[in-house]
Amino acid sequence: MPETSPTLLKRSHPLASADSQRQVLDQIVTPSFAEAVAGAGYRPLKARSIEVLQINLGKRCNQTCRHCHVDAGPDRPEVMSEEVLEACLNFLAARDIPTVDITGGAPELHPGFRVLVERARALGRQVIDRCNLTITRLPNYAYLPEFLARHHVEVVASLPAYGIKQTDLQRGGGVFSESILALQHFNELGYGVEGTGLVLNLVTNPVGAFLPGNQVSLEREWKRELKRRHGIVFNKLYTITNMPISRFLEFLETSQNLESYMERLIQAFNPQAVAGLMCRSTLSVGWDGKLYDCDFNQMLDMALPQHMLDIQLGELEERVIQTGAHCFGCTAGAGSSCGGVTTG
Amino acid sequence: MDTYYHPKDLAHFPDIGRDAPELWSKFMAWYTAVFAEGALSEREKALIALAVAHTVQCPYCIDAYSTACLEKGADLEQMTEALHVAAAIRGGSSLVHGVQMRTHVHKLSM
Repeated sequence: MPETSPTLLKRSHPLASADSQRQVLDQIVTPSFAEAVAGAGYRPLKARSIEVLQINLGKRCNQTCRHCHVDAGPDRPEVMSEEVLEACLNFLAARDIPTVDITGGAPELHPGFRVLVERARALGRQVIDRCNLTITRLPNYAYLPEFLARHHVEVVASLPAYGIKQTDLQRGGGVFSESILALQHFNELGYGVEGTGLVLNLVTNPVGAFLPGNQVSLEREWKRELKRRHGIVFNKLYTITNMPISRFLEFLETSQNLESYMERLIQAFNPQAVAGLMCRSTLSVGWDGKLYDCDFNQMLDMALPQHMLDIQLGELEERVIQTGAHCFGCTAGAGSSCGGVTTG
Repeated sequence: MDTYYHPKDLAHFPDIGRDAPELWSKFMAWYTAVFAEGALSEREKALIALAVAHTVQCPYCIDAYSTACLEKGADLEQMTEALHVAAAIRGGSSLVHGVQMRTHVHKLSM
């Protein structure tokens, strides 16, 4: 099983608090993100619709990846209550939101995960499971691949590299070999195989303080190498920029890369990446029912005034999005979102 | 301590174009085209650039193309192999000139 290490919270690290993280980011001299997007014609940056309800079931995870913006890990107790989960399902039933994106932590560790999948699918919604792969190798969760396939859940699986060194460096020793076995099992069930309709997408985050490469070019290479080395097939590769939040922020500070990384993000600001920003079409729900523009704002405690237990959709659909210096992570280069690049 | 090379100078590379904008613009257009994906991938080109950066011993280029290699999906193993290719050509090119040395020595010797 993968090696894990204590989370920031467990280590009583100052960056465990969202306030501290925001203070660190505020201390770095950056241009205003709001001004940058205004220059691209978005004054202010507003949501255009809600196409994705992203539900964060909690911070429990069986891994402690070094770049994790959630500070998730085995020692985190936060999980969504039944009441909030029920409110999410009621909200979905009442609204025409096509996609449910389930995340965490490892969302599958939540006792209500199966019910959420079954009921969201019964409502006819596309369901995405953000899966860390190794969770399916734990004895109590071996049922997951078959369960996900039965309900035609789209699997978006994390894998930083197609080689062992970088993967284990970022995600913990032993993660790569377990992930490969998990991917092979998903393939056996038809995931990623043309004609089955079972979608298996991979997500890669850079293993360090640099931007992700060209998504199209990397996808071509990953498909060739994963097939050649391990016989694995998949649908799409998403490249995602590491956000200067939580454990990645800790890495940036300790490695003295924070200032240069922020400079890199700002220097690579791409006005064309703004139109497709995920916050413009996503509503993010925290484990405690608070609402956010995205999972990153969630981790920085930048909550919207509304709560899942008293939600009024009308006010949310064209809301002004809350932004900060971290948002430069989503507009750098080809752009970044939970669905990969935002341009092209 | 003052030195000839300053890492932050890399960001000022475009200053070279200030007094020769047309030449700079032509250089940049060509440079950009060279590194665009073609018969070789962007990653392969970045690895070649990294190897060449070591042979021309340009610290700015080494910094820039170490980052570029990582961003284009190369890992340290591939980057180190590229460096060995450059080193092998450097070493080999010195050694192969030994033929010239031997020819010259043989010509002069009885």
